[in-house]
Amino acid sequence: MSTTTPDPGRARAATAVVSGEEIGAIETIRRGVRHSPELAHGIRVTLLLAALSTAGQVVVPVAVQQTLDRGINAPGGTDVRFTVVMALLATLAVLVTGLASYLMTYRLFRAAETGLSSLRVKAFRHVHDLPLGTQDTERRGSLVSRVTSDIDQVSQFIVFGGVLLVVSVGQVLVATVVMAIYSWELTLVVWVCFAPLFLSLRYFQRRLSEAYGVVRRQVGLMLSAIAEPVVGAAVVRSYAVEGRTQARIDTAIDTYRGAAVRAQGFTAVSFSLGGISAGLANAGVIVIGVLLGIAGRMTAGEILAFAFLVTLFVGPVQMGTQILTDAQNAIAGWRRVIGLLDTPAELVDPGPSGSDLPDRAVDVELDGVWFAYPGGDAVLRDVSLRIAAGRRVAVVGETGSGKSTIAKLLTRLVDPTSGAVRLDGVDLREVRGASLRRRVVLVPQEGFLFDDTVLANARYGDLGADESRVLAAAAEIGLDDWIAGLPDGVHTQVGQRGESLSAGERQLVALLRAHLADPDLLVLDEATSAVDPALEMRINRALERLMAGRTAITIAHRLSTAEKADEVVVVDAGRIVQHGPHAELVAAEGSAYARLHASWVAQRAVAS
Amino acid sequence: MGPGGTARPSATRAGLRVLGVAIRREPWVFTLATLGSVLFGALTVADAWVLGWATDHVVLPAFRDGEIGAGVLVAVVALFVGVAILRAVGIVARRLGAGIMQYRMEAHDRRAVTRQYLALPMSWHHRHPTGVLLSNANADVQAAWGPVAPLPMAVGTVAMMVIAVVQMVVTDLVLALVGLLVFPAVIVVNLWFQRVTSPLMTRVQELRGVVSEIAHESFDGALVVKTLGRESEETERFRQRSEELRDVAIRAGRLRAAFDPILNALPNIGVLLVLVVGVARVLDGSSDPGAVVTVAYLLTVVAFPIRSIGWLLGDLPRSVVGYDRVRSVLHAEGGLEFGDDRLAGHGPGARLEVENVRFGYAAGAPVLRDVSFAVEPGRTVAVVGPTAAGKSTLTSLLTRLVDPEAGALRVDGTDLRDLAYGALADAVAVVPQTAFLFDDTVRGNVALGLDVDDAEVWAALETAQAADFVRRLPAGLDTELGERGTTLSGGQRQRLSLARALVRRPRLLVLDDATSAVDPEVEARILAALRRDEPGTEPGTTLVVVAYRKATIGLADEVVFLDEGRVVDQGPHDELLARNAAYAQIVTAYDHDPAEEALR
Ligand SMILES: Nc1ncnc2c1ncn2[C@@H]1O[C@H](COP(=O)(O)OP(=O)(O)OP(=O)(O)O)[C@@H](O)[C@H]1O
Ligand SMILES: Nc1ncnc2c1ncn2[C@@H]1O[C@H](COP(=O)(O)OP(=O)(O)OP(=O)(O)O)[C@@H](O)[C@H]1O
Ligand SMILES: [Mg+2]
Ligand SMILES: [Mg+2]
Repeated sequence: MSTTTPDPGRARAATAVVSGEEIGAIETIRRGVRHSPELAHGIRVTLLLAALSTAGQVVVPVAVQQTLDRGINAPGGTDVRFTVVMALLATLAVLVTGLASYLMTYRLFRAAETGLSSLRVKAFRHVHDLPLGTQDTERRGSLVSRVTSDIDQVSQFIVFGGVLLVVSVGQVLVATVVMAIYSWELTLVVWVCFAPLFLSLRYFQRRLSEAYGVVRRQVGLMLSAIAEPVVGAAVVRSYAVEGRTQARIDTAIDTYRGAAVRAQGFTAVSFSLGGISAGLANAGVIVIGVLLGIAGRMTAGEILAFAFLVTLFVGPVQMGTQILTDAQNAIAGWRRVIGLLDTPAELVDPGPSGSDLPDRAVDVELDGVWFAYPGGDAVLRDVSLRIAAGRRVAVVGETGSGKSTIAKLLTRLVDPTSGAVRLDGVDLREVRGASLRRRVVLVPQEGFLFDDTVLANARYGDLGADESRVLAAAAEIGLDDWIAGLPDGVHTQVGQRGESLSAGERQLVALLRAHLADPDLLVLDEATSAVDPALEMRINRALERLMAGRTAITIAHRLSTAEKADEVVVVDAGRIVQHGPHAELVAAEGSAYARLHASWVAQRAVAS
Repeated sequence: MGPGGTARPSATRAGLRVLGVAIRREPWVFTLATLGSVLFGALTVADAWVLGWATDHVVLPAFRDGEIGAGVLVAVVALFVGVAILRAVGIVARRLGAGIMQYRMEAHDRRAVTRQYLALPMSWHHRHPTGVLLSNANADVQAAWGPVAPLPMAVGTVAMMVIAVVQMVVTDLVLALVGLLVFPAVIVVNLWFQRVTSPLMTRVQELRGVVSEIAHESFDGALVVKTLGRESEETERFRQRSEELRDVAIRAGRLRAAFDPILNALPNIGVLLVLVVGVARVLDGSSDPGAVVTVAYLLTVVAFPIRSIGWLLGDLPRSVVGYDRVRSVLHAEGGLEFGDDRLAGHGPGARLEVENVRFGYAAGAPVLRDVSFAVEPGRTVAVVGPTAAGKSTLTSLLTRLVDPEAGALRVDGTDLRDLAYGALADAVAVVPQTAFLFDDTVRGNVALGLDVDDAEVWAALETAQAADFVRRLPAGLDTELGERGTTLSGGQRQRLSLARALVRRPRLLVLDDATSAVDPEVEARILAALRRDEPGTEPGTTLVVVAYRKATIGLADEVVFLDEGRVVDQGPHDELLARNAAYAQIVTAYDHDPAEEALR
């Protein structure tokens, strides 16, 4: 029952990580707050405190002014009582203001750090939930920047900008009302003078948002450029390509610097416009005020009082524009995080409604499977395969033929472009993720160890295992001697990516880890390719014994595995060309397997 | 870091030193930005003056005369707008200047730090996780130069402050002294702040490094996380550190939340003090109200510089921590020393001697002991040994990734340590056990900076059996391979890595189990192509091959059998097979398997 769709050769478009750059600013904030609800906790009290401290910052200078005018400089000589009372009141105001702004800032810090920390964790988790193909569309350094520096930008903004922006807008409105009470004409003049600024604000915001979008993206690229030669340090050194590598890094660093300076330029210009508007407004108020005065509609005192009010208007406007521009950097960072969270997660886990795999050996079926990596041609074409429960199957084929891809499909690291993969007759897409990961384990071609001890890495396969269990498991697959020979035994540190171990040793740890996971279907993708043959044979014999009654699929270049398997599957250019017991396949003259095997046998003889 | 940050008697002093570095390195941009700041300050004062002028010359006359000339109105507009434009210029100069300065400082340090990453030895890299190095190059550099942004503003306002202080002193010495009590208060508050925040800031930056490290490692191992379904555990690991970072950041934030209001309040309190003392002095006749008003006013003028300098100082602890962390990378010692000998880049195979080499990754735990062997030009030596015997370690000594503790390695008689930088790479190429590809095109990965034309690249790909699949790639040689070559299969990566070595036509080629994914016949052809065995011709490439396959070993003229870091035996394969049981066990492991026996 092969189900072939019309044009399965092409993959669905790659789901790259969403850049988030097209999300609007307000939308970003709204959704950002939804992602980190902690940001809004107690926001009313915080705003109240903000209002109090803003008010205080106005009250104190006014009080001082009053004390000077009506106390010390009072027309009837210095008024001691008034001065002292006012000074005490002002001191009280200073203290209240200080306390309010302390509480406000602290609350903001707490809300921001708490909200963003949970956003960070959420984003981190989401990266792991992304399908393998999507993870590969973005460099690791960029992913790291999305959960580190991008989020740091947001935190800076919230603490120093968020509330001030709200307060500033409030102040502008209050100032407008007060001005309008004095003279609606002059208020109009002021607004007309500021209109170009307010109108250009949108334009600048757009440019700034672009500019900071570029900045954040460049940070990610820069980090990737820096990380690459650190990870590949050995190659860079042995090929003496430090110069070339440094040139690539320098380009990334300078591109970032250029982008940052450009954004800063926009910020500076957009901020300075506020000052020009203020100058215009002052001039406008004097000129129009004088004309109104001549017409008998205003007094000189009123004009001067109004001029003072204008400064109350200009201050918050400037503060507001500054915050808005600074905010773009933060919003650009926030967008990237939200973009990440918007990227569709894992090949959807059916969740509780999905089925669990039974606790026994599973049978495996590939049914008319086509697969293509994002944007590429099909690498598997109409692959159908049935493996009965409990069989040991070897998968062989030339490099690039699609063996590892089959392994990824079996463990649902990728979903087929069309067709289905079934375990025990259940489509993998309907199996609960947790159940799948417990029953099915893949040891991938590129072993990866965490920078921890051998023990910790092994326990990654079974977190419940204690040291004695790990040691016992190691003994079961014949690794006890090896562990005993390590400098600190099972507590030996393996280094980053396991690089303090030899390549073969890394594979041993990965095997031990898989063995501890105790799966019903074990898929080994060249899992012993770097282990010496004597040890490899010993491990294989042990695994054979241990996997009895379970399903094991082994991909190997060394055909020793195939010779002993129950069945051999031969993959060639994305198709299964042979499938059957070793003896049968070897016998098929001129077949792909016969050829592979002949060369395997030949290499065991010493070339002359 | 010890509790209480005992090691740092004065973070302020250290912080000012950091700023000094910035000023010395970018004097012109700094001057420009500071001038912008001074211009801004001056014009802020001018603004008030223009308003006064307009009052005296426009508003009052207009009301007096009931009319006003157009010329005067134009003058008023011109004055206001002129001042505003000049002030805008000041703002742009200050902000842009500060930005340019800050980002240049950052870029400078990033270049320096990454140069250091490239220069420091492998042993250093083994001790420093990638994630932390990323954090050093990013978050720490950023923290170090953060205060450069407010610096011009702060310096620019110093002028304002000096003028105001002088005026205060001239007006009324006693009141001035009372008012100036603000300064010691500001200093005390600052010292307190520096003292309490420094350790927290150190911890914050450390934790930023840790968080970045976990993210980097975890994303690096995403495949393993996925295959074992450990997403939740990884998230938990990340959460713990992330929450620790959060808690420390909140504690630091709390101090900052206290620091800023105190800084804002101090000048106000100073003013109030002046008022109270002033009243007393006015009453006993030693001062007049005008003087009190002036001093009080001047003190409010001073408040702004104090605040902006305070902010600058408030940023210093974080800056010092970042700076120190960056410095610790820059001052790390142990780059390789190079001599100035060179080797012939092309031509006949090189002669290799390994003499009594001892090497260990950790002191007292040698991985290689007393290893000696020699390879004559054009000959092939197979290095065979069980897992973890030290074979790859030997290859890293051959390419001078590490230097021996004792003994020497020589190519053509020259000790590797006497060779000039790059000389070894001209003559010797290694194909590592684990292929590493760069985020670059096929061509870029194979040529890797070498000036070769496409024909040579294709020839190398052909020999490495990579030409077929490269031809099938969407853009051929120009196909981008993605980070670490993710878009290729394992064997394809290995072949490109092989082609990279072949295209250099090295005189000594070291293959570290690098053909495990290549068919044996293919491998035989590759090796044959490199050797020129016909008598009378000059010797071909000298080969050192780490291998297990009998076919490969059979091609070798000699075998070096390594076990637990010692050369246990060496000689032709047949002899070793006959006399060394351990050797025989490894190379014939595949021959004795029961299934095979049954088949026969
Ligand atoms: N960076 C390192 N730090 C500490 N120890 C290391 C490091 N690299 C290797 N070792 C240790 O040195 C020994 C030799 O390792 P090496 O990689 O040379 O072995 P090998 O012979 O190449 O093994 P394999 O066949 O598995 O590749 C091993 O015990 C390993 O644990
Ligand atoms: N992430 C990827 N994106 C695009 N193409 C890929 C990706 N991974 C593999 N391919 C391509 O898919 C094809 C099959 O790759 P696969 O890894 O399954 O081969 P393989 O049979 O395991 O080879 P090997 O023996 O070298 O490991 C190859 O041509 C490879 O270039
Ligand atoms: Mg593979
Ligand atoms: Mg090795």
